[in-house]
Amino acid sequence: MAQPKPNAIFAPWHDPAEKPLIQFKNVTKRFGDFTAIDDLTLDIYAKEFFALLGPSGCGKTTLMRMLGGFETPTEGTILLDGVDIGPVPPNERPVNMMFQSYALFPHLTVWDNIAFGLKRSDMPKDQIGDRVERMLKLTQLGKFAKRKPHQISGGQRQRVALARSLAKAPKLLLLDEPLGALDKKLRHETQFELMDIQETTGTTFVIVTHDQEEAMTVASRVAVMTEGKLAQVATPDQIYEAPNSAYVADFIGDVNLIEGTVEAKAPDARATDVAIKWSATEPAIMASAEIRPPAASSVTFAIRPEKVTITAQKPEAANVMEGKILDIAYLGNLSTYHVEVAPGVIIKAQATNSRRISRRNLTWEDHVYLSWTDTAGVVLTA
Amino acid sequence: MTWRGRLLIAVPYVWLLVLFLVPFGIVLKISLSDIALAIPPYTPTMKDGLWAMLSGLDFENYAFIGAGAVVAGFAGLILCIAMYRIVFPRIRRAMLPDTATTVFDTAAAALTALAVAIVNVAVVVAVLAFVLPALSDFVDVPDFLYFAAYLSSLKIAAISTFLTLLIGYPVAYGMARAAQHWRPTLLMLVILPFWTSFLIRVYAWIGILSTEGYLNQLLLSLGVISAPLSILNTPVAVYIGIVYTYLPFMVLPIYAALEKMDDSLVEAAEDLGCTALSAFWLVTAPLSKPGVIAGCFLVFIPTLGEFVIPSLLGGSDTLMIGKVLWEEFFNNRDWPVASAVAVILLMILIIPIVLFQRNEQKQRELDG
Repeated sequence: MAQPKPNAIFAPWHDPAEKPLIQFKNVTKRFGDFTAIDDLTLDIYAKEFFALLGPSGCGKTTLMRMLGGFETPTEGTILLDGVDIGPVPPNERPVNMMFQSYALFPHLTVWDNIAFGLKRSDMPKDQIGDRVERMLKLTQLGKFAKRKPHQISGGQRQRVALARSLAKAPKLLLLDEPLGALDKKLRHETQFELMDIQETTGTTFVIVTHDQEEAMTVASRVAVMTEGKLAQVATPDQIYEAPNSAYVADFIGDVNLIEGTVEAKAPDARATDVAIKWSATEPAIMASAEIRPPAASSVTFAIRPEKVTITAQKPEAANVMEGKILDIAYLGNLSTYHVEVAPGVIIKAQATNSRRISRRNLTWEDHVYLSWTDTAGVVLTA
Repeated sequence: MTWRGRLLIAVPYVWLLVLFLVPFGIVLKISLSDIALAIPPYTPTMKDGLWAMLSGLDFENYAFIGAGAVVAGFAGLILCIAMYRIVFPRIRRAMLPDTATTVFDTAAAALTALAVAIVNVAVVVAVLAFVLPALSDFVDVPDFLYFAAYLSSLKIAAISTFLTLLIGYPVAYGMARAAQHWRPTLLMLVILPFWTSFLIRVYAWIGILSTEGYLNQLLLSLGVISAPLSILNTPVAVYIGIVYTYLPFMVLPIYAALEKMDDSLVEAAEDLGCTALSAFWLVTAPLSKPGVIAGCFLVFIPTLGEFVIPSLLGGSDTLMIGKVLWEEFFNNRDWPVASAVAVILLMILIIPIVLFQRNEQKQRELDG
């Protein structure tokens, strides 16, 4: 499948001359019998906004805590700027962390919370005040400087935690589910604030999240983790459009996964064409892959619902399937139709609701056609 | 408010009236009576008629035990504290306008404020002594026994509270840091001694501490000492007994404060550049302060009036007001003086109890 090239302004991971800020080299972490991180190798570059994404228990928090210095790897090394940081205690690392619970000191005011790290450093006293004021301004907390953490709202607390962890100007900022406690609307606003702050300060951010939308929004690169391993590390658009496994495709966003076998190459077909036999009676799915899987091998065909067109009349397209609407999920801006194309096989199709509801003609039990082009889906061998 | 609501609220008030105010009224009345060879051993009583009884009451017993001096001492102390609270913040502000402060600055300001307060109170006392010479009769102490017993009780209570804190804090800290599945067991071990009678446990200490006791036997057999130590019937035994008995009252509130503390706070402190020790002083210690204060009051208040431990372990030399009270009642059969001692003891205890309540209330406001 043709890859849309990302707007490659900032992509140090493609530049072999670029030195990574953080290098995980064959890192393994075990807690007793449980392996949290399994032989993991990963490079993170300076000024990146790097997201660790995965379900709970996949090891993403352990990975971050190892960067913070709260866990030591059982095997392997972690390099920061080329220096092994394994033996360096948390208080001597140029790394700061924003905790999931925010961990604001309840007995100190907002001002003192932000100044806490600076007072422990060798910064002269008269500069601490300026720095704290800068941080308050950056996070728009000026009015709340004298309040205690229990006297401000959740969103403000989140910003205090961010200001506190940024105050020492760390080389690397770790954010552990930073927006988990905020309601949806505030979370969206804060995501953009985070990106702005990351750009203004030029700090490298590593964010841990289980919210794929959040990871996609903020990150320059996303690492999808599962069971202590990296499933895929790529830019958000690559993760979404070109997942490398059924797991990643399924974890990120909504997807239709159809299992089938590759048919022998037809004589008139292009080199990239793949025909996938998925049902004894229905015609094969026509797709394309840069590397053609061998004939008769079993593959998974993944297609996003928004790339499936739903119509009442039979259209002209590379792939057309006939089916019956089982369910309609109305989301306001768009509707998702669950269409049964073969007994037990349901394909989701998404359509933008560009017309008011009374003008749309598809409803339950309707006989419809689903269609997509040959490049709309991905052929996955894993 | 409905009658049901009133009824519900009435229960604690009736309880207070029947079990505290009425007995206190009786004790107060006895303390104002005179000793007599009669049953009951004081006069006047209700048999003389209400008016005759009321007119027969006087403050003789209070004068005898030196209550005037106690009251004057308290007035002085309260004056000192009030003065300190007025002076201290002003010195602080005058000393350091708008700069970050250190512990030493605060200590210097506190000492200055304290000195100012004491000098001011001393001046007030001197002026009063000059203007009202009659006051010297009021603060006269005919028998120093009671006065000394109050002071000695305060001293013993303060020292044992401090010792209990010294032992209790590490215990509570260890418990709060222990693995989650161990905590209920450790908590159980702290509470376990309560399952046995307090009296039996204090008696057990006699067996341990006496000259032929287990402790001396052990130390002698180990060769640590050549002659048995005499611990029993000394203040040391009293401190051991009090610290042992009241340790759970110190451990539990501190444990409660430490246990509800978020572990990530210490991690955050270390992340921001604290060593383990400075993280403790800057984060753990201030956050456990309410627990420490509650524990100190829970030990200090009952220790002040403690009677069993000094009388069983302390011998005849240990002077504590609880013991004096008991001897007045049962050995001297001087109920009026004993009642006066009890009333003054209660007055002294009101201050720490009020302070304790304020601490609790402040904590609730912070939590809520």
